[in-house]
Amino acid sequence: MTASLFVQGLINGLNQGAIYALIALGYTMVYGIIRMINFAHGDFIMIGAYTLFYTIPLMVNAGMPAWLAVVVAIAVCALVGVLVERLAYRPVRKVGPMSALITALAMSIFLENLAMVLFGAKPHNVQAIFQLPTIMVGSIALPLNVLLTITIGLVIMLGMQFFVKKTNLGKAMRAVPQDKDASTLVGINVDRIITITFAIGSGLAAVAALMYCSTYPRVTNDMGSMMGMKAFIAAVLGGIGVIPGAMLGGILVGLIEIFVKLFAPGWYEAVTYATLIVILLVKPSGILGKNAGEKV
Amino acid sequence: MAEEKTVPVLKCQHLGIQFGGLKAVDDFNLEIGQSELVGLIGPNGAGKTTVFNLITGVYKPTEGSFYLEGQRMNGKKTHQIVHAGIARTFQNIRLFKKMTVIENVKAAMLQKLSYGMPQAILRTKSYWSQEAAITERAKELLKVVHLSGKEDLQADNLPYGQQRRLEIARALATDMKLLLLDEPAAGMNPTETEELLEIIDYIRREFKISVLLIEHDMSLVMKICERIQVLDFGTTIASGTPDEIANNPKVIEAYLGKDNEEKEAWEDA
Amino acid sequence: MDKRHKLSYLLNAVGVAAVFALLMLLFASGIFGTSTTYIQGICTTACYTIIMVASLNLVVGFMGEFSLGHAGFVSVGAYASAIVSGALAGKGLPDVGLFLVALLAGGIAAGVMGVLVGIPALRLRGDYLAIVTMAFAEIIRVCFCNFSITGGGKTMSGILKLSTFPRAFWVMVVCVTVMFLFVRSKYGRTIQAIREDYIASSAAGINVTFYKVLTFAISAFFAGIGGGIYAHYMTAMIPTNFNFAYSAELLSEVIIGGTGSLTGSIIGAAFLSALPEVMREFSTYRMLAYSVVLILVMLFRPGGIFGRWEFSLTRTLGALPRRRKAKEGV
Repeated sequence: MTASLFVQGLINGLNQGAIYALIALGYTMVYGIIRMINFAHGDFIMIGAYTLFYTIPLMVNAGMPAWLAVVVAIAVCALVGVLVERLAYRPVRKVGPMSALITALAMSIFLENLAMVLFGAKPHNVQAIFQLPTIMVGSIALPLNVLLTITIGLVIMLGMQFFVKKTNLGKAMRAVPQDKDASTLVGINVDRIITITFAIGSGLAAVAALMYCSTYPRVTNDMGSMMGMKAFIAAVLGGIGVIPGAMLGGILVGLIEIFVKLFAPGWYEAVTYATLIVILLVKPSGILGKNAGEKV
Repeated sequence: MAEEKTVPVLKCQHLGIQFGGLKAVDDFNLEIGQSELVGLIGPNGAGKTTVFNLITGVYKPTEGSFYLEGQRMNGKKTHQIVHAGIARTFQNIRLFKKMTVIENVKAAMLQKLSYGMPQAILRTKSYWSQEAAITERAKELLKVVHLSGKEDLQADNLPYGQQRRLEIARALATDMKLLLLDEPAAGMNPTETEELLEIIDYIRREFKISVLLIEHDMSLVMKICERIQVLDFGTTIASGTPDEIANNPKVIEAYLGKDNEEKEAWEDA
Repeated sequence: MDKRHKLSYLLNAVGVAAVFALLMLLFASGIFGTSTTYIQGICTTACYTIIMVASLNLVVGFMGEFSLGHAGFVSVGAYASAIVSGALAGKGLPDVGLFLVALLAGGIAAGVMGVLVGIPALRLRGDYLAIVTMAFAEIIRVCFCNFSITGGGKTMSGILKLSTFPRAFWVMVVCVTVMFLFVRSKYGRTIQAIREDYIASSAAGINVTFYKVLTFAISAFFAGIGGGIYAHYMTAMIPTNFNFAYSAELLSEVIIGGTGSLTGSIIGAAFLSALPEVMREFSTYRMLAYSVVLILVMLFRPGGIFGRWEFSLTRTLGALPRRRKAKEGV
């Protein structure tokens, strides 16, 4: 492999990884707080992408800057996330982890098929928001929008880490999974915290949708499930429930994918999944996760 | 008499475990003879349940070893230790909640069923006779713990005290030589406790087994145990007959240094 | 075995034969006119779906562990049986023999895969196990996409059309019966104990890992047989048929029918696989309807429609007093 090919792969991998990391963040935040894998999270990206698809032309026609569409997408995704949590997840939460997992799975199937009924199975092309040039550094092509994606990803990730560690709301979010009853006792409204978590996580999905569309401007009804699956693996790989874990896992999955694609294009998914299995077997809580055994 | 007791049922030698830097149990030594009833007491967090978890293979000891009838048990898996002859109950009851009472007991009799998959599928004679035999045996054991007539109830529908007794029946079903009881009287009223004591006494005589018992209720421990071992911060601070323990200054200090509830319990005893 | 059990088995055999005779009679009577073959096809689909769903229920309902990769085992069975029937075709074996040998090969291949996946995966539980089973199924799919013997990612076609309705029906009956006898033996009791409390199970002398892997392998074995029927019914297949969506579909059928009820799996699988075929115009809405039903079931009947209830012909006919049977505890 030549050095330039390597650097190119590195950049593409980081780009892919940053997108995965942002999505993984949504999985991790929800899992961290209610110990539930929100299978529908991937489909929130799809919703964000469709929102972009419909609102960008509206914004442009109305003479407003195109990036305002992102604000709309974030709002729509956050709203959908909160609704899903309220209507489907909250009622089954008491029943048990299995019911919660199945409901989440069902919600994912529901959103995907609803999108197919509403928008059809044909892919739609999303108009670009940013028209950024690609600069050449030696023989390496450096698309600026890729750099922008990576930057946005990093900024959001650091922002989230700061939010969760330093703000009162963030501290409450960390307290809830430790002990729900005790959190209630110290005056934390647990349901409200969960709602806020869903809103933030889903809003991040809209940002991820933007980043994804700037690299691959195609929207389909099943784009979310594929992306979601990879991002989810990233979250588990890094240690689900841990924010830096999502970042690490996302970048790792992105790099693995891009580099395996270079050598054995047909096998990249298998390698990603195999990595996940190996990590889970060696350290079930993921790379940065904390192990919690059952008390006897 | 003396020759019979040459090999103790359970022998722990310098048994210990470390979690990170913390020695949860350190240098634990204990011998239990045939049909003996030994009490293990100590303040909260003294490491009593950890000792049970070590002896049943839930945790692997980091130091020392333990023997069942002279056979070294270190590193064996829980089910292997059960097959060898150590069974237990749990502090926080762990029944097969959504199964019937009798199925709870029968589930612990896997060792008595030698039929394999083909016999199970073809419902051969061995299947029927073995299943009938364990059903019979399970009923007997339920009678021992005074649960006759409750066979077909769902386990979690039993009242608390009966659930504890069902756990004992399930342990008995494994044909053990040593029974570990983790706070069997916790949460029971005096009548239930009385009934439990009768059952424990009956089991010891009838099944010729030894019992190691963790209990918070001091009066109970003083009444039924032949020997008592006291743990505090993972180390043994005293062992002896109930009388010796009651007058041991170290024990009194360990308990009196704690909260009032424990102190009262001590004085009641 | 005493008289009552003999009677009960006989009764059930008669019942199954009656259902079969009724269906065959309907097909022969020409009541469906030109769509007879089509309806027979739907019934065949129902048969193999029943096997797949019931086998998944062994793991999900009876053992209480989540598997999101059942389609992986189905695909192993489908491809293995197709390869075997392709290799043995024209070697003088009668069709039925060839069919059974192919199915057995598919089942064994999937069962072996079940052991290989189960040993590492079953060290995990709950969510993590669900993810790992999904990951394994995806790896299996990618492998089939890359091996030339399985079509190398393209459609593998020309598989013999060996799955007729009567054959599929009787294979289904045998498979379901075996699974039923399995859960009503020490094996079923043991895995249900593990479902209830794995720590207490090992304290009751149960080798938890062994029974988990065993059940996983048996579940995979039957999934493989189901896959074998599928392959020889479809006669052409592509690895993407066995993707995550298919696993999720099978799982939802288990859940809707009832976790821990084979009756639920049979009825659930039969209805849910036949319904969309009968109402073709609704096929776009099929998965949409599925997911809504699934959410409603979770909200209002978390154990599934049939919960853990099992249909009993003898009980229904009142041939045996219910209480005596319960007392025997069989």
